[in-house]
Amino acid sequence: MAVVSTQSSVMNNVEAVRATLYEAMKNDDRTLILGEDVGARGNVFLITKDFINEFGPQRVIDTPIAEASIVGIAVGMAMEGLRPIAEIQFADFIYPSYNQIVGEAAKIRYRSNGEYTCPLVIRTPYGGGVRGALSHSVSVEALFYHVPGLKIVAPAFPADVKGLLNASIDDPDPVLFLEHKKTYRLIKGEVPNGHYTIPLGKANLLKEGSQLTVVSYGLYVHWALEAAISLEQEGLSVEVIDLRSIRPMDKAAILESVRKTRKLLIVHEDNKFGGIGAEISAMVAEEALFDLDAPIRRLAAPDVPAMGYAMPLEEEYMSSPGEMADAMREMVKF
Amino acid sequence: MASTDIATGTLERYGLRDEQLRAIFRNMLLQRQLDNRGFQLNRQGKVPFALGSEGHEALQAGAAMAFNRGSDVLAPYYRDLGLCLGIGLSPYEIMLSIFARAADHNGGRQFPNHYSSRAAGLMSFSSILAAHLPHAVGAAYAIKYRGEAGRAVLATCGDGTTSEGEWHESMNFVAVHKLPFVMLVENNEWAISTPLEKQMAEPQIWKRAAGYGMPGRRFNGFDPLETYAAVKDAMDRARSGGGPTLIEGTCYRYLAHSTDDNDMTYRTREAVLERRKQDPVPAFEAVLVEHGVLTPGDVSAMRKDVLRETNEATDAAEALPYPQPADLYTHIYEGAWEPWQS
Repeated sequence: MAVVSTQSSVMNNVEAVRATLYEAMKNDDRTLILGEDVGARGNVFLITKDFINEFGPQRVIDTPIAEASIVGIAVGMAMEGLRPIAEIQFADFIYPSYNQIVGEAAKIRYRSNGEYTCPLVIRTPYGGGVRGALSHSVSVEALFYHVPGLKIVAPAFPADVKGLLNASIDDPDPVLFLEHKKTYRLIKGEVPNGHYTIPLGKANLLKEGSQLTVVSYGLYVHWALEAAISLEQEGLSVEVIDLRSIRPMDKAAILESVRKTRKLLIVHEDNKFGGIGAEISAMVAEEALFDLDAPIRRLAAPDVPAMGYAMPLEEEYMSSPGEMADAMREMVKF
Repeated sequence: MASTDIATGTLERYGLRDEQLRAIFRNMLLQRQLDNRGFQLNRQGKVPFALGSEGHEALQAGAAMAFNRGSDVLAPYYRDLGLCLGIGLSPYEIMLSIFARAADHNGGRQFPNHYSSRAAGLMSFSSILAAHLPHAVGAAYAIKYRGEAGRAVLATCGDGTTSEGEWHESMNFVAVHKLPFVMLVENNEWAISTPLEKQMAEPQIWKRAAGYGMPGRRFNGFDPLETYAAVKDAMDRARSGGGPTLIEGTCYRYLAHSTDDNDMTYRTREAVLERRKQDPVPAFEAVLVEHGVLTPGDVSAMRKDVLRETNEATDAAEALPYPQPADLYTHIYEGAWEPWQS
């Protein structure tokens, strides 16, 4: 982390997104923000509150409710030299823009043999635990991580939000920036002042341990960490890795940890079938099968379409810190 | 033709000089020759695919004459051979695309007819219809945002594309923001096998303009000069800050959708031959000869020259190498790429 200043401030994830976007708007007039209710309303989480007053409606664009063209117009802006930051109000609403992200943005550089590029950031709040029901709770990362040409980031901590969002804005290729909305105000932390970036594709070793590696991202990083710390009282030593980036993904960090602990548990909020854990499992099986002392395990959502609105349906869908601790205990004792 | 004032017998040339009229006609001849060549190469087994624009020649040659090279941006679709030629692509570049050679702008990656050239202001596009229109809108936004007066975006599509959601989204956005944008619909009456009456209850697409709060008009796309006038009016309006326009040129698709299509499964030869009577290429030739812009000898020489240029482009492109297998792995992201960071 290239920290320019040693000073820092305490902020939550929403404040970190807001501060980083503000800095980007201040520093580069090629940067524009476009999305639903980002202007006068200042985004539904107030991330861009008052931006329109400072930067004007030409740079903070309240779009019609039309997700395909929010992304598509941002693609065109990027192709013509601007540095747009498109917002999809909730990740659940990203589906109408799927072709623009997968079929267009991710392929602009490739299909034009490098003549055109698409330096674009698409920010969107995702994830559950907020009583968001079927259409305000989804995790979308697995629908996109299959796609070469895209980068995908899912930070958990405010300092990572800032460093990774800065890196995403600087990146010459399209980045899908996933913000877990349950962490928006729940998670606070020290954020270095001044401009810094965290390279995409670098995981963060949050807690060292010797008996089990737990890999996660987003909200579940916090819960997995909580569970791992609680298990210390039982004398269990669990290592926790925060992926931070999903594409590219930090293979070296995962393999180094797994070769040390010899056991791997992947924890994510998204569905298990075809989820991020599947790719990590396959990679570790290909690269480090004979270093393992236990089968790889994935703790993830059941194969149902979504979490329901009713509290028991949401709770059943999600994994709790207690369930994570149980899985860790079983893995260590295997 | 409509461009001839029947009362006076004079040619309404909309300010175009003789050399510009000849350039339009030469573009039309070149389109037809290159179309033919693509189909010939396919039937010879030399290329796997070709797609023709026959019937669109006048529309595209006329529209291209209203495009300011080095300033305007073109966001075309895959049936825009003549427009792309008219804004500066060479027959050689077209042949590189048909033969999928390494020297092609797209490095042999894209289907033929999916031209792009940053230098020419020709935006890269895919085969997903209407997906290019938000890109054109974004480019128009960038032009307006940077205050680049005198520049505009010319976006095109066929009638089929006007059913897509992104067509609507794009039209709405450019109108809200009064962007320097012209939507040129090339209405050839066919969306592959689906005729206009199955696509829309109101076949006059230009009428939708009122619903978006922008001007709209329809013109005879078989008349290159009427086309030029319509496109120039709309582009001038866009360039001078007047906002977007929807213009619809009527034409006809004489060929099957592509070399992989058999149009005789959904329309009759008689119906196509009936429309061939209006073929814009001989019709414009007759106008130019009648009004002394070209002599029959000039036309003959021009045809020979177009054939020579096509032959030379064909031979030059065919002689070049394909991309190498290693080229599959470049330009995915900036720099070398590996999804797993080690």
